[in-house]
Order: sequence, then structure tokens, then C-alpha cells
Amino acid sequence: MVLTLAFRNLFHDRIRLAVTLVGILFAIVLVAVQLGLYLGARKMIIGMIEHSNAELWITSYGAKSFEEAGNLTGRERFLTLSVPGVNAVVPMVVSFAEWRKPEGGTALSVVVGTDPEAGGLAPWDIVEGDVASIAAPSAIAVDRTYLEDLGLKQNGDMAQIESTRVKVVALTKGIRSFTTAPYVFTTLNRARQILSLQGDQATFLLVQLAPGADVEKVRGDIASRLTGTEVLTKAEFRNRSLDHWLFSTGAGVALIGGAALGMLVGTVIVAQTLYSSTKDHLNEFATLRALGSSAGYIHKVILLQAALSAAIGYVLGLSLSLVIIHFSEDTALPIVMTPGLAVGLFVLTVLMCAISAFAAIMKVTKIDPAMVFAR
Amino acid sequence: MSGNPILKATDIVREHGQGAGKVRALKGVSLSIKPGELTLLMGPSGSGKTTLLSILGCILSPTSGSLLVNGRETVGLDPEQLAGLRRRNIGFVFQSYNLFPTLSALENVRLALDVRGFKSSEAPELATAALKAVGLSHRLKAYPRSMSGGEQQRVAIARALAGSPTLILADEPTAALDAENGLAVMALIQQLARDKSRAVLAVTHDHRTLPYADRIITIEDGLIVGDRYQQPGALSPKSDRSHAHA
Repeated sequence: MVLTLAFRNLFHDRIRLAVTLVGILFAIVLVAVQLGLYLGARKMIIGMIEHSNAELWITSYGAKSFEEAGNLTGRERFLTLSVPGVNAVVPMVVSFAEWRKPEGGTALSVVVGTDPEAGGLAPWDIVEGDVASIAAPSAIAVDRTYLEDLGLKQNGDMAQIESTRVKVVALTKGIRSFTTAPYVFTTLNRARQILSLQGDQATFLLVQLAPGADVEKVRGDIASRLTGTEVLTKAEFRNRSLDHWLFSTGAGVALIGGAALGMLVGTVIVAQTLYSSTKDHLNEFATLRALGSSAGYIHKVILLQAALSAAIGYVLGLSLSLVIIHFSEDTALPIVMTPGLAVGLFVLTVLMCAISAFAAIMKVTKIDPAMVFAR
Repeated sequence: MSGNPILKATDIVREHGQGAGKVRALKGVSLSIKPGELTLLMGPSGSGKTTLLSILGCILSPTSGSLLVNGRETVGLDPEQLAGLRRRNIGFVFQSYNLFPTLSALENVRLALDVRGFKSSEAPELATAALKAVGLSHRLKAYPRSMSGGEQQRVAIARALAGSPTLILADEPTAALDAENGLAVMALIQQLARDKSRAVLAVTHDHRTLPYADRIITIEDGLIVGDRYQQPGALSPKSDRSHAHA
């Protein structure tokens, strides 16, 4: 009967229920979008590092992120290859470069130069063309999301990066850059040519270890032989990139702050409506108390009302969020929904509604059952 | 009337307010209620009858005095213990019925059984039986808004009855009803009081109800000024009025 009473109390006033559900819905959508953007941003920031086949990354000293790192001199590769436990060292060039659109105008791009056959990093999720075709003269690969930004119409179009003519030979799906500059994949030497780098220069060296090698020992050995560089594990470089883009720039704080604000607004709305509903049903709760119900019994009714609101609000909120997420898929800033985030949102919704029920429970706790005689 | 008292109040004092604003609503009330009798508690407005009913119903605690319900001292119990005592021993009938508008007649009675800890498997049968006992077996699914005042009060009586409490306290049970429904409700309450395991105490100022009582207690200014037994039906509604004037 507790559930029946909670359900009837909730559905008795449809307008108030609608207000409650709209409050929860928008709170969930706001939190889902903000956290989804955060996860999306995270995915974009660490995408290249995560897809790399390297246990260690050698960077110039003080490299901030994948996109913001100085160049190595070129001699580091051979010094690293001489360290016991190192299986391969794959050079990679990454740098911002000016993209000249075929029909005029420019855009900023991030050139990523590495030889796919070297096994360090290759474009993934290719939807047109193939990885091997990047080895062809002037060949590059870009993500299809950025075709318009780069002034391209389709695979096969020509353009220019800095002073080098390039031809799009492959399109990927979903490789997005956290900055506004799209990634442009090409071979190592072509990237050096585009960026006017010398012979062996590279931005990163991707170190692949021999099976069974001790990562920390190899890292220490490499670091002792190199100067002006840093040797980072994949996890360290990933965290450094995240820290730079999300927290040093304040972007992540803004997204998390937005999510917190959503939670706060949702809590206030639900608390207000639950309190008002409880106040309206105060005589009924007093009657229950007079009939001998324990305080816990009444608290259960209120908490169930909150839980029902949470469940319905969650389903509606998540549904709307999924629609928004679907439409964001092909944009430069996709929103990501993971099973973990969906579960987390549900927990947050229940928590929000439980906190909201607190004020109503406080009101009911002070109820005087003698009021049933005063009506 | 015989049997151990279900309720025994001794020298009950109840004060409201503090300092200069302190009011003594009850000034030392002693009474006992035995099973099998319908007792009417009468008195003018402000005489303390509702305060006394609240104390006898373990809703309000007395400032001093002793109150035994089924032999158990209730003074000094905390609110949760008093709620437990009400749950196990007392059924209430209110002036304004106090039914849950969002629940049907059957659900209203089932709710009381749920509060009293009856299993959900046995509650529907018990609730149906209680509603049948008050003549509402045909209105099980009706909601309060679609019922007459008399029907609503009968649902409230069924709710009080459900779970077979030993004491039923009624606060002005006929005040919101027309004459016909009021008398029907009193007849029903009188019938409930015939059960030798149950006592019924009703607060009323409706003199039409006097003929149904076994006992009439009169309270004035916080003190019991009259307490007499009568043969039910001894007073007709006509002579009832003369009694009121007397």
C-alpha cells in the first residue's frame, strides 16, 4: 500500500507532476550533455595516444599535449634503439600547419606524420580509401566530419598545406581534434616536407618494448641517455594532455561546473515540488500518524514518491539526451554516452531526488497527529 | 456493564502554553471505559472534550496523571511508542472522515491494515469484510469524492474497525452528516459497541445521538461534571432535546 499511496499522491496532481518531471528531465539532459561533452572532449584529447602502439613516448622537455610539443633533434632515436629492452622506435611528426582550401581561404590543421607500416600509429575507422594509400605521392587522410571546414567536397579532392600540394586519399569517421584544427594524416617524410623539418627530426618517438621488458627500467635507461627530453608512459602522456586541455584551459572545469549546476537546479526543482506535494497531503500524513503509522512508514511514502519521480524523470531525460547525442554524432564536438555515464546519471538522479525528499521529510517529522481533530 | 477497563485515566491534567498564557484544558479527569459499552463524551465548546479524546487516543500526552490502555501505562512513552500503541489498540473515526481522496474505499481500509502490520495477502479479505460490516460491500471501488457523507463516514468506521482494535474513539462522528445519515451512523457505532471485546467512546455535541449511548459523560471547563449509565433507546430524539435543555 505504501507504493500505491506514493503513486496516487504523485499522480493526483498531474500539473505538479509534469513540473517535477520537466525539472528532473532538464537536470538530467543538462548533466548528460555536459558530462557527455566532457567525455567526448576526453576521447578527442586522448584518441591519438590511446590508438598508438607504444609503451613509452619520448617528447621534447615540457611537451603540453599531443598537439603542443616541440621537436626532437633527431639523434634521440638511435640512442633509444641502443637501450636494452627496446624493440622499436617509431618517429612521429605532429604540428599545426596552415591548410589552404581548394577554392580559397585558409584553415588551421594538425599534421600527423608517421608511417603506418612502422606500426606506431595509423588512422583508424577508415570509411573511404585505405591506410596503404597514404604512402602514395601527396596523399593524406582526413576525417569526413571536417570536409566542409577544409573546403573539401569528397575523397580525391586536392588542397595545399603550407606550400605542399596534397590529395585526400582516405576518409576516416570519428577522429576528431579537441582543438578547432582537424587532424591530417600523412607519411613521416611528407609531414617533414610540409613542415620544413630536417632529416631525422620528429615531434615524438614512440617506443615499443621487447616482450617481458620492465617499462620503468627501460624508461630510466632511456632518460639517462637523453637530454632535453621527457620519457613518458602512455598513461602519463594521456593524463598530461587531459590536464592541459581540460584543466589548464578551464574547458573541463566549465563542463563539470555546468553538470554540477544542472544537478543543483534539478535538486531545487524536485525539492520544491516534493515539499509542496507533502504540504498538500499533510492532513493525510497526520491521519496516517493518528492511525498509528510509524514515522518510517510515512518517510517511505515520501521517498517512494521521490524514487518514482526519479525513475520516470530519468527515462524521459535519458531518452531526450540520447536524441541530442544522436544529432551531435557528426558534429565537431560529439557528445558521448557510455554505459558507465548512464548508470552514473541514474545514481545521480536517485541521489538528487533523495536529497530533495529531505525537506519534505523534515516537514512531516514535525507533524502533530492531533491536527486531525482540528479540521 | 462488566469486564476489565480497556482504558483507565486517572487525574489527567493537560496544560497548554507557558507563563501568563498558560491554559489548563483538563483539570484532573479520571474515568475508565469498559468493553461492550458505547460511551458518549459531551460538553460545550472549549470544555476540553477534544483534548481529552486526544489524550485518551494517545495522540497527546497529559501534563500529569496516568493513562492505562489495556493495562499498559502510556504516560512517558515516546511518540513512536505511542504510535505503536495506537496501531495495536485504537481505531479512530473523525468528524471530517479523513479518508485518502486518491484511494478507493477498499484501499482506504487496506491502508489502515497495512499500517497495522497485516500481511498484504490477508488485507483485501479483511478490508472487504470490514466494509461489508458497515453495509458498503457494493462500494468497494468507489472513491471518496463519489460517495455521500454517510458513506464516507461508514468507510471511516470500517477503517477504524479493520484489524479489530479494542478501543474505537470517534470525534463528532455525526457532525458533518444530515439527520438521517447521522442516526444511521450512530446505529452502526452502537452495533459495534455490542462486541464484548471492544469499547467505543464518541465525542459529540449532537443530542440526537444520546439514545444510542450506554453511558454519557459530561465535561465542562476541564472537569467531568456528569457520568451516568442509561438503557440505550431510553431517550427518544424528542425527549433528547428536553434533556439538552435540562
